[in-house]
Amino acid sequence: MSIRHGLLALLDQGPRYGYQLRTEFEARTGATWPLNVGQVYTTLGRLERDGLVEAAGEDDEGHQFYAVTDEGRVELRRWFDTPVPRTNPPRDELAIKLAMAVAIPGVDVAAVVHGQRRHSMQALQDYTRLKGRALAADTGSGGDLAWLLVLEQLIFQTEAEIRWLDHCESRLAQHAERTATAEPSEPAAAPPARRAVKSRDRGRT
Amino acid sequence: MTEQLKPADPVLHLDRVSRTHGHGAAEVHALRAVDLRVHPGELVAVMGPSGSGKSTLLTLAGGLDSPTDGRVIVEGTVLGDLDRKKLAAVRRRSVGYVFQDYNLIPALTAAENIALPRELDGTSARAARREALAALEELNIGELADRFPDDMSGGQQQRVAIARALIGDRRLVLADEPTGALDSTTGESVLAVLRARCDAGAAAMMVTHEARHAAWADRVVFLRDGLLVDETARQDAGSLLVTAATNARKDGDR
Repeated sequence: MSIRHGLLALLDQGPRYGYQLRTEFEARTGATWPLNVGQVYTTLGRLERDGLVEAAGEDDEGHQFYAVTDEGRVELRRWFDTPVPRTNPPRDELAIKLAMAVAIPGVDVAAVVHGQRRHSMQALQDYTRLKGRALAADTGSGGDLAWLLVLEQLIFQTEAEIRWLDHCESRLAQHAERTATAEPSEPAAAPPARRAVKSRDRGRT
Repeated sequence: MTEQLKPADPVLHLDRVSRTHGHGAAEVHALRAVDLRVHPGELVAVMGPSGSGKSTLLTLAGGLDSPTDGRVIVEGTVLGDLDRKKLAAVRRRSVGYVFQDYNLIPALTAAENIALPRELDGTSARAARREALAALEELNIGELADRFPDDMSGGQQQRVAIARALIGDRRLVLADEPTGALDSTTGESVLAVLRARCDAGAAAMMVTHEARHAAWADRVVFLRDGLLVDETARQDAGSLLVTAATNARKDGDR
């Protein structure tokens, strides 16, 4: 998630000071990704160093304002014009967990899938309730729309995870069936670890 | 008012309900001792793979089929104790049913389809039509009132079927994949209507295979091989996003 470009986008609407940037960033994204003021100032420092923003004076209360430079506007435009890269997927803890679970004897993979789906479903219910409220409170302002889009991103992502988990479950069942039918022909060939996996899967069905 | 009823009186109670098809070696257990209560104000979603018994659960709850064991109780009435005439009356008055294939009568307009159960129940034709038009309005399809099912898209027929299930003061709404033929925003508006009905005190149970739709429910139950295997409740507090939403609102108010 790019705080850098987020701040540039806010500054594109006029000079702002650090605390103000933090508040506006969170309002747009429903504080889904909370920022601390320290992060805001560090990022502003780097943006200034790179010539994308510049100091724009102080107000009576001593707030240091920043403004976007021409170079910063070019960078912001470039950001909007370039797709977010998806070719280098971030590490996904759940995928790693399942990949490990299928290989380790004594782990009930089906139970891992089941417990996760239950948890994800609950999260999905939570997001949907927030969405229901957001829809009811929608006054047509841009802020409401931004928050709704972020929420729906969470909803679709969680839905995709649940569908994937359902798929994992049938994949596991299919695999268990296949190994169970294949077993009689090679009873002694299978290493002990794999046999443990099989007997567990049979116990489940 | 509905809050007081909540702990004591479920609108729908499936009391250890089983349904078996066939005999002997060909015996299939569609449902095995499922126990489920749906209270006023509650929307319950039923999920599970195909063949898990979801639709059987719904047809039993709606009195369209009878359990081989256990009892189905709707608003305190045990459906199994009723003769056919009384059962039909309970189905018309208390239960709204959205079928997967809509079941609209082709010779009747949308408004007539919706008004039919009310008229059968003795409501005057004029009053029934007024209620039908209101139900159509609630689903934002008032303009379909005088159209015949054959002149409507699948999505429009589906919304008419939902309007028919919501007409009058139905206390229990049962829906089988109610958003199946609808695009994502229309499907969502249908769920919002169902949600609003429940918030106003009705009880509803819907079968869906889409998690995003099930998420509108207060509870999600999972069926597997005729058994109720899991249940999730809506979390009521403590979520990070709940605070986030209030913050966003406050910021929006400035």
